[in-house]
Amino acid sequence: MSAKKEPIWIARELSRCSGCRKCEIACSLAHEKRIWPEASRVRVFMLVPGLEFPHLCAQCEDYPCVEACPEKALSINKKTGAVAVKTAACISCGKCITTCPGRIPHMHPTEKYALICDLCKGDPQCVKVCQEGKWNALTKVARRNISFKLYARTPEELTKDLAAKLYGEQGEEYL
Amino acid sequence: MILGYAGKFLEVDLSTRKIRDVKFDDAILKDYVGGRGLAAKILWDRLGHKWEKVDPLGSENVLLFLTGPLTGYFPGGRICVSGKSPQSNGIVGSTVGGEFGVELRCAGYDGIIVTGESEKPVYLLIKDYDIELRDASHIWGRDAKQTVKVLTKECRELFKKRYPLYGEWKEPALLYIGPAGENKVRTAAVTAKWTHAAGYGGYGAVMGSKKLKAVAVKGTGPLPEAADIRKVKRLIKVVNDNAYENELWRRWGTGSAGYEVGARFSSEPVRNWQDEWHNERSFGVDKFEDRVWVKQSWSDFGCPTCCLKVAMVKTGKFKGAITDNPDYELQAYLGPNLGVFTPEENVYLASVIDDLGLCGIQTGNVLGFAAELYQREILTEKDLDGIDLKWGNTAAFAALAKKIAYREGIGDLLAEGTYRAALKLGETKKTDLLKYAVQAKGISIGAHGIRSEKDYPERISYACSVQGGDHTSTTGLPIDGSGSEVWEIFNDSGVYCNFNSFGISRKVRFDFYKAVTGVELIPEDWAKTKAFRILQLQRAMLLLGGPDATWEPKEHDANPPRFYEPLPNGPYKGKAADKTKVHEDIKKYYQEAGWDKNGVPKTETLRNLGLKDVDKSLERLRH
Repeated sequence: MSAKKEPIWIARELSRCSGCRKCEIACSLAHEKRIWPEASRVRVFMLVPGLEFPHLCAQCEDYPCVEACPEKALSINKKTGAVAVKTAACISCGKCITTCPGRIPHMHPTEKYALICDLCKGDPQCVKVCQEGKWNALTKVARRNISFKLYARTPEELTKDLAAKLYGEQGEEYL
Repeated sequence: MILGYAGKFLEVDLSTRKIRDVKFDDAILKDYVGGRGLAAKILWDRLGHKWEKVDPLGSENVLLFLTGPLTGYFPGGRICVSGKSPQSNGIVGSTVGGEFGVELRCAGYDGIIVTGESEKPVYLLIKDYDIELRDASHIWGRDAKQTVKVLTKECRELFKKRYPLYGEWKEPALLYIGPAGENKVRTAAVTAKWTHAAGYGGYGAVMGSKKLKAVAVKGTGPLPEAADIRKVKRLIKVVNDNAYENELWRRWGTGSAGYEVGARFSSEPVRNWQDEWHNERSFGVDKFEDRVWVKQSWSDFGCPTCCLKVAMVKTGKFKGAITDNPDYELQAYLGPNLGVFTPEENVYLASVIDDLGLCGIQTGNVLGFAAELYQREILTEKDLDGIDLKWGNTAAFAALAKKIAYREGIGDLLAEGTYRAALKLGETKKTDLLKYAVQAKGISIGAHGIRSEKDYPERISYACSVQGGDHTSTTGLPIDGSGSEVWEIFNDSGVYCNFNSFGISRKVRFDFYKAVTGVELIPEDWAKTKAFRILQLQRAMLLLGGPDATWEPKEHDANPPRFYEPLPNGPYKGKAADKTKVHEDIKKYYQEAGWDKNGVPKTETLRNLGLKDVDKSLERLRH
């Protein structure tokens, strides 16, 4: 495992996701002190039953959301590589969502700011629970020089891919 | 104030389209908790005075979708569906896994009370406090997978339009019916996530009678505040760790039982319970794992076990069929019970049942019943409109399931469920067919026999349960012992998945309740007072019954006749239930339950529990 201060990344293997949503539970407990699935920075989508997957920030190498923020409310945490949201500055205009190739950020359900994974200061709680249960859909790895942006995909696209893998041609009927 | 509740329930009158919030006093929540317990209280208060006259499939019935304080907190989320049951004419707390209960609580509601009946097909959409009844004509008649597809898309588009800046909307949680529910088939289930079903009770037919195709809910709030969230976190870990230790349970779920319950315990329905033993190696869990499971771990909200698997047939004539495992119940009922012993055929039949919105247990039972009548030449190919219902003829069973869901030909009769079909057909054929009906008080028995005493050891498991043949709520002696249904009432009222509580001490479960609600609950008090009161309410409404069937304890607190026939094969060959011992147990159970010698709750029992009005209503049953 990488040294504590080295930037990390959450590698994802979506077809291993059971849809248990323990990542949502852990994330919201860590950030909101409540079980609050919609306030979780990682959200599990199930647009088609059986095709569940966690949807979370991929920390694109060029950070288009940070670039697009008109209020400079987003910044890059140098230690972890995570996108930091300055909640007081955010005007919830949604630019970070439309710029994100995966439309990953979403608004806090009751507050006026966007929710983006902060990598839990290098110790992501979602990864912990996923590993505890041996699903390993999420794994913490050292941030190396790869195309992270590739992994920022929309829920629809990911659903389509998983449908092809699990259900083959039959899956097209349910999309 | 009691914590762990959203604090309000949604009441929807489908006749007037009026929607309002309803609250219950803390005292009621403390006594009845939620789910099954609260269902008994609500139904008694609203319908008790005219129970016998209420048609479960009429507009007067009250349909309930209730969570409990533990929903979403205790790992493995569920929702409890209830109402007057068109199977037993009593009440069943019928729970189904999924995210529905969590979404509902996050939307700010502990439950939904549905009254009246809509003129046109509708679905109920709840998005936090935005609640509306929407037209469902475009999905009326659609099967499960198509209904899920259309509603998921429609609701997400609606959310996107109404809240354009929110970001991507997740899917709402759905409860829906298939064609079977629409056609008021008594073996229709309320279903979720393609394959999950609240089957016992027949509430799919109740939804159909109200023309309520589905309920969709998206809640964006947190779960209702828990009294001690740190304690809750610790207890979640206890439940998780317990599950993580049980590796084969996690890997196979109940999928290993399709072989084992038959081969080792002789307790699996084989050819309509003519046997309970089989040794078909083709039905081993390894065959399911190696041939059809495309997803090995499939969970509902917060679940560490993942007893569910996604299965898909990849080869042969049933290629493309998708369902879950099937779990043990559907393995058994749509497998050996029909003379079917391969994973592919079993998966196919389960997928047909899912798509039609049928309960696999109740429908598997009536299919087996029909096949035995065919075997005995009581039903002919002509009666079945040309279907050759030989054991193991998978295509024939699928064809008959469709006829049941659409009430076509003989399907119309079988759609009444095994008990009612046996009575009606017995009249036509002028012979007693109840001897082939493996059911208790209108509810077909789950796939666990009692003859070998190796799987479900209690002789009165089903005979004395207030939920008839429901294998998730069997009972036994002593009435506060571990085999009694008072503990099932706790699971179904707290509303969480009891599969995650295997190996979890009673203390942990009740600590969990306290950590969430802040209310101390002692197990003994639960068994002797609170659960006991719920049990009496359920018993009272079961005995009042009506309008189309009523139960005489002397006649109907009984095992199906088949359980008295000796097992014909296997290691427990010759074993059968012992009538004398069963009667002794029933007598003892009546005493412990505070019922008179005729099985009716005594005045003293009811008054001690504060159920004076129930006592009055039962006067007419005492003789």
